Amino acid sequence: MPEATTTGTGTGTAPEGAGGRRGLIAFSWLWVGVPLAYGLYELVRKATQLFTG
Amino acid sequence: MSPPVAPPGWSRWLVPPAALSVHLSIGQAYAWSVFKAPLESSLDISGTLSALPFQLGIVMLGLSAAFGGTLVERNGPRWAMTVALVCFSSGFLLSALGAWTGQYWLIVLGYGFVGGIGLGIGYISPVSTLIKWFPDRPGMATGIAIMGFGGGALIASPWSTRMLESFGSDSSGIATAFLVHGLVYAVFMSLGVLLIRVPRPAPADAAGADATAGVGGVQVSARDAVRTPQFWLLWLVLVMNVTAGIGILEKAAPMISDFFADTSTPVSVSAAAGFVALLSAANMAGRIGWSSTSDLIGRKNIYRVYLGVGALMYLVIALFGDASKPLFVLCALVILSFYGGGFATIPAYLKDLFGTYQVGAIHGRLLTAWSTAGVLGPLIVNWIADRQEEAGKQGPELYGTSLFIMIGLLVVGFVANELVRPVHARYHLKEAVHA
Repeated sequence: MPEATTTGTGTGTAPEGAGGRRGLIAFSWLWVGVPLAYGLYELVRKATQLFTG
Repeated sequence: MSPPVAPPGWSRWLVPPAALSVHLSIGQAYAWSVFKAPLESSLDISGTLSALPFQLGIVMLGLSAAFGGTLVERNGPRWAMTVALVCFSSGFLLSALGAWTGQYWLIVLGYGFVGGIGLGIGYISPVSTLIKWFPDRPGMATGIAIMGFGGGALIASPWSTRMLESFGSDSSGIATAFLVHGLVYAVFMSLGVLLIRVPRPAPADAAGADATAGVGGVQVSARDAVRTPQFWLLWLVLVMNVTAGIGILEKAAPMISDFFADTSTPVSVSAAAGFVALLSAANMAGRIGWSSTSDLIGRKNIYRVYLGVGALMYLVIALFGDASKPLFVLCALVILSFYGGGFATIPAYLKDLFGTYQVGAIHGRLLTAWSTAGVLGPLIVNWIADRQEEAGKQGPELYGTSLFIMIGLLVVGFVANELVRPVHARYHLKEAVHA
């Protein structure tokens, strides 16, 4: 996926995870993704009551 | 504190998780109701009093976003996220002290006043930074962050409930739960503080159009933006869209029960709770889904959909809602997805009209529309439902008038959106701004 350079103008492109940031990107998305997945799991559990309750 | 500029090779995909770490935390505000019953029984206070920390928090959110926006623009997102972290976490710590000592005013001051400042500054902290990093997809970028605010309650609600089950619902258990919340949110939000970076300014002699400017290369300051009709038209659009969403949210559970009470398939209490949960999912999905769609079809068009199709959905509920449960649920889900989408798309709409120069501060001022709708929506729906009940009406008839008022509000919003035009040149900044 192309991405903007650090000027943020969206004109230049650099490889995904340029500068060896791949691990940091994965870690940061996991940091926010895991709690969000827990919240969504609890939501789905509750929402199914509409069809079973 | 000077804004942290990204070093060479910094990926813009590190910015959304930084924003999410803040929004997923402060979104806890909408899960305050978990603490209401335990506080009422352990401190012997009324339901009105137990709602006070949340209400003050939302008022402070609006005020600090409106008045702190310029400071956020001046000092940068790391400063803003640090302020949000300190205020939001210390709000919980003060509340823990209040619960331990039985001093309820400390909970109001801590969670409502101090924590509320954290809510407002935290809410606007990543907005302009995200738009600067994703000038090609500002709707998607702000949609991710603002989706996080909806997601925060989804996480906090079951998490806080489990904590109270473990620690107990007496004042000591509540105090421990507040303490853990304060500490965990401080650690969680620190990712945002550490990761957030502003993009390096584009070279002054860079060829081509400035992608951080609004449509037509416009940049407008926050002070000038509030003097334009465009700002107040968008303010009206947001009030109408949010009020219409709250119209469903506020009465979702009793509404679905009343609509199908006299049918062969009445709705149980647990099924109504499931319906409310499903509405939360639609609200969240709308934030990221519709806001991203706005990057493809344009901001004005997406608000035409929110307000125009939203009015049609309300009309279908009013006319045929009690005929089919799936139809009722589908229309309500679409309305709630538009409610979320309206929140998430507004920063990108502001960027199109006013540029990125002070878009965070302008967004902060526009959030007073949220506070207004937060009062207006429940007031309309509850007042009318009470009057209808007094008049001896039952079932869907209880909501007929409210539904048609919501349609009227959405039509007003639709017209306001149609009146939005590019900002007049006299408001444009004269000097080039490299945001």
